[in-house]
Amino acid sequence: MDVQIFLIQVLNSVQYGLLLFLVASGLTLIFGIMGVINLAHGSFYMIGAYLAYSLAPAFGGNFVLTLLAGLVLAVIFGYLLELLFVSYLYKRDHLQQVLMTYGLILVFEELRSILVDNDVHGVPVPPWLAGSISLGDLMQYPEYRLAISAVCLVVAAGMYFVIARTRLGMMIRAGNSNREMAQSLGIDIKFLYRVVFAAGVALAVLAGMIAAPVSSVYPGMGAQVLIICFVVVVIGGIGSVRGAFLASLLVGFVDTFGKVLFPEVAGIAVYLLMAAILLWKPEGLFKQG
Amino acid sequence: MDIRAPRVLIPVLVIALLVVFPLATTGFYLEFTTKVMILAIFALSLELLVGATGLVSLGHAAFYGIAAYATVLLSPKYGAASAFWLLPAAIACSALYALAVGALSLRTKGVYFIMVTLAFAQMAYYVIHDTELGGGTDGIYLNVKPEVALFGWKLVELGKPVVLYYVVLGCLLLVFVFLVVLLRSRFGRALAGIKDNEQRMRAAGFSTFRYKLTAFTLAGALAGLAGFLVAVKDGFVNPEMLSWHESGAVLLMLILGGIGHLRGAVIGAIAFTLLKELFQLEALLGPLASHWQMTLGLTIIAFVALLPKGLIGLRRRFAAGAVHG
Repeated sequence: MDVQIFLIQVLNSVQYGLLLFLVASGLTLIFGIMGVINLAHGSFYMIGAYLAYSLAPAFGGNFVLTLLAGLVLAVIFGYLLELLFVSYLYKRDHLQQVLMTYGLILVFEELRSILVDNDVHGVPVPPWLAGSISLGDLMQYPEYRLAISAVCLVVAAGMYFVIARTRLGMMIRAGNSNREMAQSLGIDIKFLYRVVFAAGVALAVLAGMIAAPVSSVYPGMGAQVLIICFVVVVIGGIGSVRGAFLASLLVGFVDTFGKVLFPEVAGIAVYLLMAAILLWKPEGLFKQG
Repeated sequence: MDIRAPRVLIPVLVIALLVVFPLATTGFYLEFTTKVMILAIFALSLELLVGATGLVSLGHAAFYGIAAYATVLLSPKYGAASAFWLLPAAIACSALYALAVGALSLRTKGVYFIMVTLAFAQMAYYVIHDTELGGGTDGIYLNVKPEVALFGWKLVELGKPVVLYYVVLGCLLLVFVFLVVLLRSRFGRALAGIKDNEQRMRAAGFSTFRYKLTAFTLAGALAGLAGFLVAVKDGFVNPEMLSWHESGAVLLMLILGGIGHLRGAVIGAIAFTLLKELFQLEALLGPLASHWQMTLGLTIIAFVALLPKGLIGLRRRFAAGAVHG
C-alpha cells in the first residue's frame, strides 16, 4: 500500500468513525442517563437520510437550509417521542424496552414506506462542495467527505463544551453518574431527559442527513448503523461520551482497513474487535463509575 | 372435584386434539400448524434463557438459522442424507456457536449482554448473507429431504406433510417435557437462583458462569433443533432466518405468552403467528394489510404498555378480578 492510498483510507476511516460517533453518542447518553436501551436509535439515522432526500425539493436543493429544517424537525420529533412513548419506559425492565423500541422500528419503517417509498435513492452533493482536492500527483479526495469530518468534529467539540463547561452539561453529568442523587438535589430530571433524548435524536438525524450524499438512501440503513453503534458502545463503555468517541474512530479504522486488507472477511472485522475487547475489558474501555 | 384436575386436563386435551388434527384436515392448515409447533420449539429454547435464567438474548435467531443452513449445506446435493447424523450435526453447529458466543457475551451483564448477543448474531448473518458460503441473499434449496432409514428400510417419510407433522409434534412434546424436568432439577433450581440473585448464588458456592454458559449452549442447541425442522419442512433456507427481526419476533412471542412459564412460550408462538396472519388479511384491514408491520408494531407497543405479563397474566388478572368483584 503506498502512502497516498494509505492517506485516503485514513481519511475515510476518520470520516466513517466520526459519523458513527454522532449516532453512538446519543445512544450512549440516552442509556447512561435514562437507563433506556433504544433500538429505534438507528431509525433516526434512516429518518435523517430520508429527510435529506425528501426535504431537498422544498428548499430548491439548498443543502444548508435542508439541514437546518431537518434539525428543527428532529428536535420536535424527539421531544414528542420522549413525551409520548419513551417516558413510559424508564421504570420498565430491559426486555420491555427492547420490545417497545422494536415495535417503534416497525412503525417507523412502515411509515417511511408509506410516506416516501421502498426504493434506493441518491442525494446530490451540494455543488459548492462537489470538487476534490488533490493529494500528491494522482490521487483526488472529495471535498464533501472532508466537510463531513469537519462538521462532525465541530459537533463533537460543541458537545464537549456543553457537557464539560455549561450548567446543562453539569446536570447531564450528574444525571449520568447518579440519577436519584441528581433528582434529590433539585435537578428537573424530566426536563433533562427530554433535552437529552431530543439532542440524541437530533444528532442521529444530522448524521443521516450529512451521510445521505455519500452513502445512498435505502430502507435497511437504520438497522445496519444501529448494530455497529452497539459495537461502538460496548467497546467504549456505556454512558461514556469520550469512550464512544474513541471507539467510533477505532471501529472506523478497523472496518475501513479490514475492507482494504482482508476483503473476504471485512464484514466480521469489527465483531472480532468487539470479541477481543470483551476478553480484555468486558465493561468497555471507558466504563463510567 | 379435585382442584388440580384442570391442570392435567387442559394439556391432555390439547395434545389429544393435536394428535387427531391431521385426520380432520390436510394441506394449508396442517402445514400452518407444523410451522407454529416449530416456532413453539424455538420460543421454548429462548424461554430457557429469558424466563428461566433471566438472560435477555437478542441474537437467538442465529442459532436457529445456523442449524437450518447446516442441514442444507451438509446434505449431499443429489441424494438424501441420513437424519441420524444430520440432525446431531446441525444441532452441534448451533451449539458450538452458542458456546462461543455465550463464553464471550456472558462476561457482560444486562444491557451489554443484549447488545453483544445482537452483534454476534449479526456477524453470523453477515457471513451467510455476504459470502458465497450459503448462496448469498437468495438462500439455497434442500434438494432431497433427509431420510430416516435403518438397513435400507425407510422408517419415516419426512417428505410427507402428515409424517412431518407428527415428527414435529413429537419433538415439541419431548422438548417441553425435557424443559419441565430440567427446570425442576438441581440445575434448573440453580438457574432460578441466578435469575433471582446471582451474587447470592455465587456466595453460596455456585459457579454461576458455568451454569449460565450451559443454559446458553443448551438453548442454542434447542433452537438448532427448531432450525433443522424448519429446513426439512420448507426445503429452503434464506439469510432472513438469522436476521435480528427474527430474534425480535421470538422475544415477542415470549412476552405475548407470558415470561416465566413454559406454556407461555407455546401460547406466544401461536398468538404471534395468528396475529401476523390476521394483520395480513386484506378482507379485515383493507389497504393496511400491505403495511401489516405497522399494525404489528403498534400492537407490540400497546401490548408492552398495557399487558407486561402477557396473555397468561391477562387470565390471572381476570381471575383476580372475579375474586375481588
